[in-house]
Amino acid sequence: MKFSLSWLKAHLDTEALPHEVAERLTAIGLEVEGVSSPAEALGPFRIAKVLSAERHPQADKLQVLSVDAGEGPVQVVCGAPNARAGLVGVFGPPGAYVPGSDMILKIAAIRGVESRGMMCSVRELQLGEEHDGIIELSEDAPVGRFYAEWAGLDDAVFDVAITPNRQDCMGVRGIARDLAAAGLGTLKPLDVPAIEGSFDCPVDIRTEDPEGCPAFFGRTVRGITNGASPEWMKQRLKSAGQRPISALVDITNYLMLDLGRPAHAYDLKELNGAVTARRAKDGEKVLALNEKEYVLDDTMTVIADEAQVHDIGGIMGGEHSGVADTTTDTLLEIAYFDPDRIARTGQKLQLTSDARTRFERGVDPAFLEDGLAILTGLILDICGGEASRVVRAGEAPVAEKRVKFDPARTLSLGGLDVPADEQEAILERLGFEVANGEATVPSWRRDVDGPADLVEEVARMVGLDAIPSTALPRADGVAKPVATKAQVAERRIRRTAAARAFEEAVTWSFISEEEADTFGGAADVVANPISADMSHMRPSLLPGLIAAARRNLDRGAASVRLFEIGRRYLQEGERRTAGFILAGDKTPRSWIAGKPQDFSAHDAKGEALALLEAAGAPVQSLQLTMDAGPNWHPGRSAKLGLGKNVLAVFGELHPSIARGLPGTVAAEIYLDAIPEARSSGHARVAYSPPALQSVTRDYAFVVPGELAADTLVRAIRGADKQAITDVRVFDRYQPEGGELSLAIEVVLQPGEHSFTEAEIAEISKTIVGAAEKLGAKLRS
Amino acid sequence: MADDLIKQIQDAPDLQALDALRVAALGKSGSITALLKSLGAMDADTRTKEAPKIHAQREAVSNAIAARKDALEAAVLEQRLATERVDLSLPSDAIPVGSVHPVSQVMDELAEIFADLGFAVAEGPEIEDQWHNFTALNMPEAHPARAMQDTFYVQPRNEGEEPRVLRTHTSPVQIRSMQALGAPLRIIAPGRVYRSDSDATHTPMFHQIEGLVIDRDIHMGHLKWTLETFLKAFFERDDVAIRMRPSYFPFTEPSAEIDIGWSMEKGRRVVGGQEGWMEVLGSGMVHPRVIAAAGLDPDEWQGFAFGTGVDRLAMLKYGMDDLRAFFDGDLRWLKHYGFSFLDVPTLSAGVGA
Repeated sequence: MKFSLSWLKAHLDTEALPHEVAERLTAIGLEVEGVSSPAEALGPFRIAKVLSAERHPQADKLQVLSVDAGEGPVQVVCGAPNARAGLVGVFGPPGAYVPGSDMILKIAAIRGVESRGMMCSVRELQLGEEHDGIIELSEDAPVGRFYAEWAGLDDAVFDVAITPNRQDCMGVRGIARDLAAAGLGTLKPLDVPAIEGSFDCPVDIRTEDPEGCPAFFGRTVRGITNGASPEWMKQRLKSAGQRPISALVDITNYLMLDLGRPAHAYDLKELNGAVTARRAKDGEKVLALNEKEYVLDDTMTVIADEAQVHDIGGIMGGEHSGVADTTTDTLLEIAYFDPDRIARTGQKLQLTSDARTRFERGVDPAFLEDGLAILTGLILDICGGEASRVVRAGEAPVAEKRVKFDPARTLSLGGLDVPADEQEAILERLGFEVANGEATVPSWRRDVDGPADLVEEVARMVGLDAIPSTALPRADGVAKPVATKAQVAERRIRRTAAARAFEEAVTWSFISEEEADTFGGAADVVANPISADMSHMRPSLLPGLIAAARRNLDRGAASVRLFEIGRRYLQEGERRTAGFILAGDKTPRSWIAGKPQDFSAHDAKGEALALLEAAGAPVQSLQLTMDAGPNWHPGRSAKLGLGKNVLAVFGELHPSIARGLPGTVAAEIYLDAIPEARSSGHARVAYSPPALQSVTRDYAFVVPGELAADTLVRAIRGADKQAITDVRVFDRYQPEGGELSLAIEVVLQPGEHSFTEAEIAEISKTIVGAAEKLGAKLRS
Repeated sequence: MADDLIKQIQDAPDLQALDALRVAALGKSGSITALLKSLGAMDADTRTKEAPKIHAQREAVSNAIAARKDALEAAVLEQRLATERVDLSLPSDAIPVGSVHPVSQVMDELAEIFADLGFAVAEGPEIEDQWHNFTALNMPEAHPARAMQDTFYVQPRNEGEEPRVLRTHTSPVQIRSMQALGAPLRIIAPGRVYRSDSDATHTPMFHQIEGLVIDRDIHMGHLKWTLETFLKAFFERDDVAIRMRPSYFPFTEPSAEIDIGWSMEKGRRVVGGQEGWMEVLGSGMVHPRVIAAAGLDPDEWQGFAFGTGVDRLAMLKYGMDDLRAFFDGDLRWLKHYGFSFLDVPTLSAGVGA
């Protein structure tokens, strides 16, 4: 919402300076986004009289002027054809910035003659397009005065952001009322002309949709001249950023911007029969004033005559019956439209307008009669003509609204101690009537409907800066831990990953359909995505990580180690997940290690286990199964689980998934699947290191090719749970076409006494026996 | 004889020669061994007289051999080490380091600060029903503010169902927390939110943090103190100034926008001082209808809520200027703006890194 200071002063009696107005507006919740003033740009330019004009000795088209800008004669070289002695114009002294030519004036010699400033054209001062000659002011213009000030260009223009609850401030008068309530001046009375009308309105006006358009008032004005609107109105409209069009259009716009009251003027000769507010018919069409055709349906309210729709009620008028320069008779419409209906219709048609913005927020339902009178008065003043009597169909919903007013709430909710009588005075200045512990809400304040609203009204007028800071009550002692176990696990996994040289990425929650389908399909699809590749809610973190890895490699990164912690969006809900990807080189070529090393599926396994452990998973108990699924290299990937519960998948990505990223390994860890560790207090299980040294024995087994090493290790570990404390594969050997051998190191821990040879032999026998059950044979 | 032998030992040129001398003196048929053997043939008196001398000779020779052996071995070692030179200006193998994303770091910082004030961290779904995202927050269907938000809608899974939305703010967590935990309540709710918007300062996904306090006697003065306290702790400056401006949010009444003061330091706009103001937070007293929608009695309970952008806070504190880079996963950016795993925010060490 933009308006000039002089416009504001038409409603507000105040001496406040522009910056004071701006500060107060922001302080009361009408946020000033900018204050501009043309005068600022034209500050140094003064009114000057040309004393004499001589021909330039060196140039035919130039003249040498002697100019008085209030401080005696100054020599100026000028090329304007209209420069002559006696002319009063606008002078720019050296140092002045000329906005239209984007230059700073300097004392300079022009063809050998010194020039100490410039007489300016309209275009040079950016006041218009004219550039045929220098500005000519009336002869009595006061020489020496600042031009912008004299010309009234120092009228500051405020750009105010109006929050959606304050429809009443979508007119200058509402803003003036707020400022008056805040003590910045006095609200001037609103002048409402009494216009009886001298004949009956020739058009019948009805509303057949009392829900969508409960009230429709109108009258005609005949014999008008729709010329240009007067200068004062043009100035105000321009300050609001509106282009003046014709008097009738300008006047309806002015009524809306000045008083927040949209209205519409029809060209009477284009109307056929009665004008009715009714529901549109499904498929009915109207060409709106923006020259676009809209297809309507029966949820929308329109204004139509017997032939066609002329107005998308409360949103935009129709092209057909819009007023033109030739209009001599007009039908004026002042109606009240249901805000919800306007909002829905506007959303459906994707049509915004100044009228919609106001109607959907709810215009003052008590301001139809006076609004129509003011509108008529302006038309009669500006366009002449003769007004009919008013016709009224229906009634606007003006219900008296009373809200409980307890001055103590301002302190108990707003934190502000304001005397009750001052609170009452503020509310009354805002148009409330306070009596018997209740406040009657003014008809234009649709937003106010509870005691908290009254607290806000008082608080914003007193100023939120006046609220004293009050410490939140604090529980005794040191602050208690508040993070949940899941949150702690997430923090641990994050910092473990970073410690293990992964960079944490945050990638989009939405991916392309193709990516989603590859990873099992999206359970949820965005109906209105911002682009086609951001349409499906990810069922896995991997597509985002793969794309990020690819971008990095494309940028020349040699090694990519990325992880992310976020959610998968599944049919059954959102699931907490961690994922990582290892792409490119594991280690770079170096003088120590030689060639670059690739990542392997075992790297992914090691990292996955480390992260699982950080998240509190019982990694010793996890079962490994080689069925990670179709997105993985079938021989180099696995799941880690506990029974049916899958905690992670890891391995080398299937080449069809990681196109162009050969040998890329990754993992996804399902944080929600990790069983919660039982909390057991802080004390650890009792332990003291054994007194006797452990014994290590090696065994080499020939094993069936399909036997998983882990199965053998677990079997051996289980062979003597007392004595065997560690089992580890330390070598794996398989000659081309030959049998697979695994070399196993077993650590035996003696208890009370050292093992005898016989005991060790006995344990060895058990170990070999356990291995043989799996088809392994001790190598001889 | 012994003196001569010792001289020879001391002059032995290498370990081999030394060993030959040792055999010649102390071997089975060595000269000293022979002397020792001769003791057996002596009578008692002579033996008493000669034995100490012979043992002394043997001792002297043994010591001389050991000393010479040490010296020769040391010389050999020195000689070997002298050939084992490496160029230590060569680089050692680089050990990669990782980093924590600024958004995560800032969320941890916020959790730490608010934990001290007694706030727990609450969470909620990102695909949200319209009731939680809008209606319960006092935005009925035709509310202009509801249209104002650039909402992403999710296709209904079954025909006829109301479409869910990608939550446009973290505020629905207010409702869910009040429903689940009742009152009194102090929570913050950080997380991903979504709006259909994209330019240098807007991305279709970003992060917000919501704060909510519900109790019996909470008023705007507590809101002001909480925000001042939090911002001072977060930016680790005592000169952080805030300005409260009346504003409008459907879910608070009264509502206030919070501006934070900035100043220019070394050509950069930094938080602190009062050279200018920028909007950082939305806040207000929770609207009675919101409290009622969440199942609490608004005549008994009241409180405040606030919300702000986590990415925005990160940018203000750590100086990034392009929001889009947050979500690109560019290793160069992550390494530059990310944080060490050791930068765990703590109150004792300061929450910032």
